Amino acid sequence: MMELIIFYFAAVAAVGGALMMILQRNPVASVLYLIVSLVALAVLFVQLNAIFVGALLIIVYAGAILVLFLFVIMLLNLRGEKFTEKRPRMDKATRLILAVVFFAELVIIIKEMAFPQRMNSLMVQASPDFGTVRPVAELLYTKYIYPFELTSILLLVAIVGAVVMARKDKSEKGGDS
Amino acid sequence: MVPMPHYLIVSALLFVIGAAGVILSRNLIIMFMSIEVMLNAANLAIIAFSRFLNLMDGHVFVFLIMAVAAAEAAVGLAIIITIYRNRNSINADRFNLMKW
Repeated sequence: MMELIIFYFAAVAAVGGALMMILQRNPVASVLYLIVSLVALAVLFVQLNAIFVGALLIIVYAGAILVLFLFVIMLLNLRGEKFTEKRPRMDKATRLILAVVFFAELVIIIKEMAFPQRMNSLMVQASPDFGTVRPVAELLYTKYIYPFELTSILLLVAIVGAVVMARKDKSEKGGDS
Repeated sequence: MVPMPHYLIVSALLFVIGAAGVILSRNLIIMFMSIEVMLNAANLAIIAFSRFLNLMDGHVFVFLIMAVAAAEAAVGLAIIITIYRNRNSINADRFNLMKW
């Protein structure tokens, strides 16, 4: 019973936070709502015995990625920027089709998932160390060693790419390279 | 014990909200954050299935997805900064240079 209460609390916070995020005009408020959503998501992860990944979610997202977002928002100084143009983005037919597709997607998923007998399909009891650091790390360093090492190359490329793209263009000031 | 489909419904809701955010928002930064929401919706589904099947491989996938999300955020925000520097705006409607 307690688990269900925690689940519903976290689920409402996650979905509500995401919803508020896309409805905000102010990007800083939007980032803060995204943090609410991600912390609630981490609660759901921990409830699913994914302790290590849940901790990682908070550290990587709330600690690193969203701080990066905040830095960029404050760097850009968007005070005067207006995002409320009267002209709609798409024509009426496209909007209607998109609305129908999204709604149908939601209805199909919820109908499939909320089927009574499948709703009660409980999970097997997890072993006590399921999702803790040691078993995940063992998997990461044995079975998935190549994807793991490739990730480091990806991160290196991302660092170099970000620095190259975000630095000021020297050619404007007359210097070479 | 929470039945697994509950988690998948939350995941689906988050994914649809993220997709709607990408389509509806005009602010590049909010569009970008909606992509993060979509990635995390996928993460939640993977974790739920991983718990349901009692396999920890899903946790490794989520770990890798988070690394990709971090790389994507760094490069994407660098692109946003460059765009802002060139066009003095981050309104997605104003970037129609490549519009067909």
